[in-house]
Amino acid sequence: MSTTPLLEVSDLHVRFTTPAGPVQAVAGLSFSLSASETLAIVGESGSGKTQAALALLGLLADNGRASGSARLEGEELIGQPARVLNRVRGARIGMVFQDPMTSLNPFLTIGDQMGQVLARHRPMARAAARAECCRLLDAVGISAAARRLTQYPHELSGGMRQRVMIAAALLCRPALLIADEPTTALDVTVQAQILALLGELRREFATAVLLITHDLGIVAGTCERMLVMQRGALVEQGTVDQVYAEPAHPYTRRLLAAAPRLDAPRSAAVPLPADSRMLLAAEEVSVRFRLPPERLFSRARELQAVSEVSLTVAERETLGIVGESGCGKSTLARALLRLVEPAAGRVQFDGRELTALDRTQLKAARRDLQLVFQDPLAALDPRMTVRDIVAEPLRTFRPELRAAEVTAEVTKILEEVGLEAAHLYRYPHQFSGGQCQRIGIARALILRPKLLVCDEPVSALDVTIQSQIINLLRDLQERFGLTLLFIAHDLAVVREISHRVMVMYLGRVVELAPVERLYASPEHPYTRALLAAVPIPDPERERNRVRTPLAGEPPSAFAPPSGCAFRTRCPHAIERCAEERPALRDYRGALVACHLAGKLGEPGRG
Amino acid sequence: MLRFTLNRLLGAIPTLLILIAVAFFLIRMAPGGPFDSERQLPPEIEANLRAAYNLDAPLHQQFLRYLADLARGDFGPSFQYRDFTVTELIASGFPVSLRLGGLALLLALVLGVTAGTLAAMRQNRAPDYAVMAVSMTGISVPNFVMAPLLVLVFAVLLGWLPAGGLGDGGWRHLLLPVICLALPQVAYIARLTRGSMIEVLRSHFIRTARAQGLAMHTIVLRHALKPALLPVVSFLGPAAAGLITGSVVIEQIFGLPGLGRYFVQGALNRDYTLVMGVVVFYGALIILFNFLVDLLYGWLDPRVKA
Repeated sequence: MSTTPLLEVSDLHVRFTTPAGPVQAVAGLSFSLSASETLAIVGESGSGKTQAALALLGLLADNGRASGSARLEGEELIGQPARVLNRVRGARIGMVFQDPMTSLNPFLTIGDQMGQVLARHRPMARAAARAECCRLLDAVGISAAARRLTQYPHELSGGMRQRVMIAAALLCRPALLIADEPTTALDVTVQAQILALLGELRREFATAVLLITHDLGIVAGTCERMLVMQRGALVEQGTVDQVYAEPAHPYTRRLLAAAPRLDAPRSAAVPLPADSRMLLAAEEVSVRFRLPPERLFSRARELQAVSEVSLTVAERETLGIVGESGCGKSTLARALLRLVEPAAGRVQFDGRELTALDRTQLKAARRDLQLVFQDPLAALDPRMTVRDIVAEPLRTFRPELRAAEVTAEVTKILEEVGLEAAHLYRYPHQFSGGQCQRIGIARALILRPKLLVCDEPVSALDVTIQSQIINLLRDLQERFGLTLLFIAHDLAVVREISHRVMVMYLGRVVELAPVERLYASPEHPYTRALLAAVPIPDPERERNRVRTPLAGEPPSAFAPPSGCAFRTRCPHAIERCAEERPALRDYRGALVACHLAGKLGEPGRG
Repeated sequence: MLRFTLNRLLGAIPTLLILIAVAFFLIRMAPGGPFDSERQLPPEIEANLRAAYNLDAPLHQQFLRYLADLARGDFGPSFQYRDFTVTELIASGFPVSLRLGGLALLLALVLGVTAGTLAAMRQNRAPDYAVMAVSMTGISVPNFVMAPLLVLVFAVLLGWLPAGGLGDGGWRHLLLPVICLALPQVAYIARLTRGSMIEVLRSHFIRTARAQGLAMHTIVLRHALKPALLPVVSFLGPAAAGLITGSVVIEQIFGLPGLGRYFVQGALNRDYTLVMGVVVFYGALIILFNFLVDLLYGWLDPRVKA
């Protein structure tokens, strides 16, 4: 190890001038990073972790100012003009951003975007540059690299785009790679692939990695040292083992406690009454979308988003629905409420057949079926006050109420979800993400529905807020006797709240089982792969975990594989899987759609 | 691509039909007729004229007849310019308007996009304020004020340029009218470009490009310009059709024999066929330009499958 560290940050401050006064985003951050080390900066949103990284590269917004010092191999970065920083950016420091969907230019081909980086920092002949880009795409595990160069970002999946981002960041062999929440926007199986890739590349290219994340699970498995930031300040630092084993700062302890983990005992879901009757039943529900044909005179394409899904939910029960993005879980929920019309199948709710109702009857029935959405702020009208937002269902279903009565109702429900009457006349942007989600829940609950469909209600929230919202939902379920459909891609979160869990793959149910059964001994290879991909916030366990991350990504729903849809990625697939679609069968208390159910042995768990 | 073109062509037919119908019946509903004048014509002569131009038939028959003629490419004879067909009038006026409008459009694009981009790169600083102030003036000062002002300065006081007329059609005769035509468009395009460029420069992929150490001019020209031009392109469709079909005001002030004056004169004189001809021509151009804009859009934005 050399005597001068690769990166030495001391007393870094970042301030923003806003109309409401100055905001201190980073306050006196100091740390150092040696060559080819991996360091994590952990913190919740607003902790200043991203702003600190942007300050290093001089990429702060116009109203931001950095002071202090950050030296890369002895050379000062803070306060340097763009001319100087442009020789560092992309060349000696590569950066990978959170959202691969928006971080690549949709108007330029992959080849153009990568080529420009080379042209800027490592000028070479066109053919050589092309070859170099291909080499890097190969290195990040992208097949048919030469063809990818001519493709546009929208032609690639999210995981592929993040691989391209990483390839572009490594083109000039930087000494430091900054990865800002590189896997937050990705599915858990793809996340596992990208994290494994980052580990390999770090060794291959001898690059130091600064990983910025809120997810303690991925830190445990990938980093050597970590910093914990809270409100712009460094509250704790140390080796990953130290911090996880003996967190010194209360904030770190709180973060670790809030992170839902698969290996910890489960906090109990609301007990289910024994005589609970059936509230919702779906029989062979299918949803198809028609898309315009690709070419003149070819047939319209049909996308089967949900295929023959049957389920039942008892009163006061929580059914968790999990699966990767695009597996049809949200579409299924919408079809159950007839927000999209199912192409086939029947849905019964509270003794009535929803699928047979006409428009007026359906509208009346919707009173008992309410939704909570994923992005809490986007789901609220920014130009309405909280009172009007929450009162809106009353206008449709209880128009007889006078203004004062409406306000009283709204106040009551706001208090139920942990907000106050003082919040009545504020606007959504004045609230935090967690508070916005509480407003969304209040709006869904004001009609006292029987069924609440929560579509990824906590995936946009910080871990500490996540656990608060989960607790709130459990609490409301108990008090109001609610039945919940809880859709999420995070298996650890689903485990916290559900009685039974349904796993979907490419529009079909692959496994449906009580929560203890599913998490203790998953039967379907896909369920096993999902569970194996969830990182555990424990460095010791992560290191000893044997994992074979699921390769590839789900196939296109336009051309699902014959037989079992999962067979193309399944490590156990046999000939029969291609010929015959496995039916959902009962195997020791779990419904499993796999020919090999019960013949796979114990799942390899870490 | 082929499918898209076919779809658009088929889609244009009802649009044009509605346009023709509305224009046809609207102008017939206006009081007066093509043969009203200070000097009252003897009733029998007027009746003859009406018969000759087929104006005595029931209105719906006239309409069908007009459609049939139109389908054969015949706009009919002008009622006012007795020796000319409408087709000939359009053919004589359009090239002048096309040249004026085309040049104005080119000028407006170059100046507008450049000014808007510069303003966006220096948002809320002196260059931005300067561009925005000038363009606000460009939008708010009407043609009929700007044109005489320019004539006064450059033709009358300085004597550098002719005050009007087409002359030999050289640049000296076109310069002032082109500038007058282009100015408001420069202003609109500058403001549109500025707005969308600011938006684009804030997007995540620009941050990526900056983090890759690309120079500012590479970022603006290679990464930001295409997306920032999308709103300008949408604005361009109707704007281009409007510009090249001539401006009444500019053509009057500079005494240019363009298409614009036929529009007004035709309407004032109840020259039914001329008005209809110009309306149909203008409508077809708008449809054509919107179609071109969509093609351009598909070319600019790879996510739009044409």
